[in-house]
Amino acid sequence: MKTLNDSIQAIPLNHYILLCSIIFSIGVIGVLVRRNAIVIFMSIELMLNSVNLLLTAFSVYRGDATGQVFVFFIMALAAAEVAVGLAIIVMIYRNTNSIDINVLNRLKW
Amino acid sequence: MNNLIWLIPILPLAGFVINGIGRNTLSKGVIGFLGSFLVLVSFGISLAVFLQVKSTGTPINVTIYDWFAIGDFHFQFAFLIDQLSSLMLLIITGVGFLIHLYSVGYMKDDAGFGKFFSYLNLFVFFMLLLVMGSNYVIMFIGWEGVGLCSYLLIGFWYTNPAYADAAKKAFIMNRIGDLGFIFGVFLLIKYFGSTAFADVFSRAGTQPFAAAPYVLITILLFVGAVGKSAQLPLFTWLPDAMAGPTPVSALIHAATMVTAGVYMVARSNILFTLAPVTMHIVAIIGLATAVVAALIALTQTDIKKVLAYSTVSQLGYMFLGLGVGAYTGAFFHVLTHAFFKALLFLGAGSVIHACSGEQDMRNMGGLKGKLRITFITMLVGTLAISGIPPFAGFFSKDEILAHVFAASPAMYAIGVLTAMFTSFYMFRLLYLTFYGKFRGTHEQEHHLHESPPNMTVPLIVLAILSLVGGFIGIPESLGGHHWLAQYLAPVFQKSAALFTGSTLSGSTEITLMAVSVTGAIVALVYAYMKYVKNGHVPVADTAKRSPLASLSYHKFYFDEIYDTLIRKPLDWLSEFAYNYIEKLGIDGIVNGFGKGSMDASRGLRLLQSGNVGFYIFMMVVGIVSILMYLVIKF
Amino acid sequence: MTVSLLIFLPVIAAVLVLFFKNSSAKHAALFFSLAELVLAGVFLSKFIPNATTQFMIVAPWIPKFGIYFSAGIDGISMIMVLLSTLLVPLIILTTYRHQYKNANAFYALILFMQAGMLVVFTALDGFLFYVGWEAALIPIYFICSLWGGQNRIKVTIKFFLYTFSGSLIMLVAIIYLYLQSPERTYDLAHFYNLHLTISQQCWVFWAFFLAFAIKMPLFPFHTWQPDTYTEAPSAGTMMLSGIMLKMGVYGVIRWLIPLVPQAYDRNQLWSVAMILSITGIIYASIIAFKQKDGKRLVAYSSIAHVGLIAAGIFAWSYFGLQGAMIQMLSHGINVVGMFFIWEIISSRLNTRQISELGGIAKVAPKFAIAFLIITLGTVALPLTNGFIGEFLLLAGIFSINLWMAVFAGLTMIFGAVYMLRMYKSVMQGETNALTAVFADISGSEKLVLGIICALIILIGIYPQPILHISDAAVKQLVEQTTMKFNEAKP
Repeated sequence: MKTLNDSIQAIPLNHYILLCSIIFSIGVIGVLVRRNAIVIFMSIELMLNSVNLLLTAFSVYRGDATGQVFVFFIMALAAAEVAVGLAIIVMIYRNTNSIDINVLNRLKW
Repeated sequence: MNNLIWLIPILPLAGFVINGIGRNTLSKGVIGFLGSFLVLVSFGISLAVFLQVKSTGTPINVTIYDWFAIGDFHFQFAFLIDQLSSLMLLIITGVGFLIHLYSVGYMKDDAGFGKFFSYLNLFVFFMLLLVMGSNYVIMFIGWEGVGLCSYLLIGFWYTNPAYADAAKKAFIMNRIGDLGFIFGVFLLIKYFGSTAFADVFSRAGTQPFAAAPYVLITILLFVGAVGKSAQLPLFTWLPDAMAGPTPVSALIHAATMVTAGVYMVARSNILFTLAPVTMHIVAIIGLATAVVAALIALTQTDIKKVLAYSTVSQLGYMFLGLGVGAYTGAFFHVLTHAFFKALLFLGAGSVIHACSGEQDMRNMGGLKGKLRITFITMLVGTLAISGIPPFAGFFSKDEILAHVFAASPAMYAIGVLTAMFTSFYMFRLLYLTFYGKFRGTHEQEHHLHESPPNMTVPLIVLAILSLVGGFIGIPESLGGHHWLAQYLAPVFQKSAALFTGSTLSGSTEITLMAVSVTGAIVALVYAYMKYVKNGHVPVADTAKRSPLASLSYHKFYFDEIYDTLIRKPLDWLSEFAYNYIEKLGIDGIVNGFGKGSMDASRGLRLLQSGNVGFYIFMMVVGIVSILMYLVIKF
Repeated sequence: MTVSLLIFLPVIAAVLVLFFKNSSAKHAALFFSLAELVLAGVFLSKFIPNATTQFMIVAPWIPKFGIYFSAGIDGISMIMVLLSTLLVPLIILTTYRHQYKNANAFYALILFMQAGMLVVFTALDGFLFYVGWEAALIPIYFICSLWGGQNRIKVTIKFFLYTFSGSLIMLVAIIYLYLQSPERTYDLAHFYNLHLTISQQCWVFWAFFLAFAIKMPLFPFHTWQPDTYTEAPSAGTMMLSGIMLKMGVYGVIRWLIPLVPQAYDRNQLWSVAMILSITGIIYASIIAFKQKDGKRLVAYSSIAHVGLIAAGIFAWSYFGLQGAMIQMLSHGINVVGMFFIWEIISSRLNTRQISELGGIAKVAPKFAIAFLIITLGTVALPLTNGFIGEFLLLAGIFSINLWMAVFAGLTMIFGAVYMLRMYKSVMQGETNALTAVFADISGSEKLVLGIICALIILIGIYPQPILHISDAAVKQLVEQTTMKFNEAKP
């Protein structure tokens, strides 16, 4: 355990922050520019995971496990969310034969 | 005696209530009897009160109840009977009774007989309050109350819109004056801390302030008098008020109500004496009114209109007298005027009655033979108003003129000229009505008849009073003692002490009398030459008149001027304010708030396009800008 | 015996009336309102006319936030209680000829509204005051929007939003005062003793002022009023004009000027308020000259009269305030009479256009007498109720400023002009085809108009008992506040 912590701490915190910001930004841009619902979904996952990574890094640096607990929490939530989200997307696909979000600008068909 | 005083006004009030409630159920006989009798009883009590005041010489104070009080400031319902008000009481109840009696005959065919008597009784009640009140607030009750009765009685035949308009006009013009009066009362409260005559007059002159408050107070009170007594510029309601039944014109618009202004000024004489500026204004307005009204009367053809303008003119005379400090003279003229003007109006009523409602003198003439009593009594009245000795008007008018001469000979000259006009138009009226040939229709001629005794008896009584009424004030220059001046002396005592003007010698006074009497006789003779000798009859309405005659005939266009300068602009302003300021301006702003929020929401709604990408983009922009803000802030 | 009895009787009555059938609801409502009047009479008989607050109730309501159900009656409140308990039975009686749909709900709302107004007039707790204020507004909103005329929806929405936005601003001020009070209380007496700076006082003043000015209404916040009065059912109009607008006037006396005495005096707030009031008098009078719709004319005349009351209060003098107290009662009586006159005309002839009428006096003499007496009361003829109030109000304004009094006094002339014009056009002249069949008043109409006319004359002849009720309380309030005018800057 000690070594893992050490090896994580071998890389400066700033690098983690930078990496996470980049991943997060990629996620944001993905959400913004893509119109495919599944890709947007994946971008959201990317954002979530970048935050998870950051939480873990901080947790290690501060020696506080709470952050990691939250990571598990978020992962569980994300899994549930994916289940619901994908189900919705499947329903949309069945109804519209498309998963382009621009088709979804009406609240009912 | 003192505990009966409250009965004087209450009896007519009871008459109002009984006649008012029983106006449709009681018989005309009962109504007429009740209405007149109650006033007669009031007269009886007034007489007793008068005799008491005369013998003891001390005023009577009676407090009925506290009308209302603000903290320690009490507005009491209280009466003051002194020399001045005791005489007024006699006039109001005495002449009032005669006119009630006359009305029994005059109004007997009218459907509103009961209503008429109840109103008339109500008027007497308010008029009595006006003169009996021991403070300005009670006086104001009467002051406005008589205005109300005047409104009700002018508009007695309200189905005629013109009459209803005349009533409304009278009320509103009176209201303008009343506003002045009430502000005078406020000033009295401010400066004297009281509205009671006794307090105010005893403190007047001893207060540590200069003349300015007196001037302001008296001008405001005088504004009230201008409205009530139909002086320039608020006189136009009085001629229109002739729309009312003739007994009303006699009682309200000649003998009593319109002289209330004179009574009030005479009552407040000390305040006016302490405000010389106001005195000048009073004199000038009085004189101007006297002249203008007399000029208008010269060419009028409606018998009642002539008398109405004559009343305005005579009231102007009284104010002229007040303005030069001749309080006794002015009040003397109130008394004599009450006799002869009531007589003239009742006589005119008798003529109108005989001519089946005709009021235009151009359609009368030659009534001398048919209406013997009316003619003789009206002749007496005409002689009295023209100032021919020994009739009543001579003494009172010449007393005023003598004082005017002492104050300003120029004013005197105009005054005498006005007296000549008066004599001319009054005899013109007499000649046109009673001399020559009858000019009306055959039907009217067929109906011509002398009035019944209950109408002629008041005429005779008033004629006798017009004949002898002047003897209560025979000046010393003519060997009299001027009983009236002595009797009223306590009331005007304080003013007399402050009087600084010069007095006239006996011989000057006699000369002045000779001048005015000569003037009156010249005018009389001229009228005789024109209307009897030459048989001149005023031209029809449509005929062309000379510019001056036209100006007089159209009443100097006062009504038209007021119409264009006041009524029309106000009406226009009303429409303008409603349509533009109110609807577009203020309500526009209010509705603008509503409309603004609707429009704003309509605009913002477009942002909610349903485009998910746009929403997300806005969300990110929002988050980023919040982050940027925080970064910059810290 | 506490004031809660007076407040909750109408509430219970309102609930009970709901259980009556539509046909008998009016009898029940009349019965309950008369019971309330009798109760008010009992309170009056036990009332000692000194400056103290009596029949107090202080019960914890939400004590955690310093909110208490605290109410009581002093001389000023007593007059208002009399006004509202006296007028409601009269107003219910005026509806006797009218068959309302869902009458039980209609009368229940009227009674509920009465309860709300009684809360306003007796509350000694800021929060309770606000609750009463809104509780009175909601019933009248429903009365107008459900039973009103053709334009009712649009007009009542405007009315509701307008007055409601005003009262929300007042709520903000009340909460602000609550936060300022060290004891964290809504109690009025504590509010009086807050030491606010001048600028704080100014803000509080304007917040309250707006609410009250809209409710009264004062120029230029009045534009909801003529529309609402015209569209509301006549009983609603009478409730609004007779009682509800006095909530605003009462508010100024109790909840405005004593709260901010220094700013009121020193920052010339009084002159702004008075100029607005007096402008309103003249402006509304002039507009009334040429109104074609009778009800609307009365509405504008009411603005003018309330403007005078407000000016008298803002002058903050003993005379003016006493005048305002009695004039509130008189105005309530007169305006209810006036609107009832128009209700009678419009229900018989289906028109309120003055130009279409004329000559009614000839066919309906009793109606004409009642109309005339009410008109005279409205134009403040001496020996009618209107005079005492107008005289004292003008005297009060006069003691502050001569010119303001002169302009305010114009109401005496203007009032006569538009009232007599209206009377002439409606009642005098010859009858036309429409008015020839006008039936004279009878039954309940006669009763209501008879009571109103009797009150007009009685109060005019002997106003002292009424003035006496509020005398001590007004004197104390004026003196207390005036004393603070001169206190050193807090």
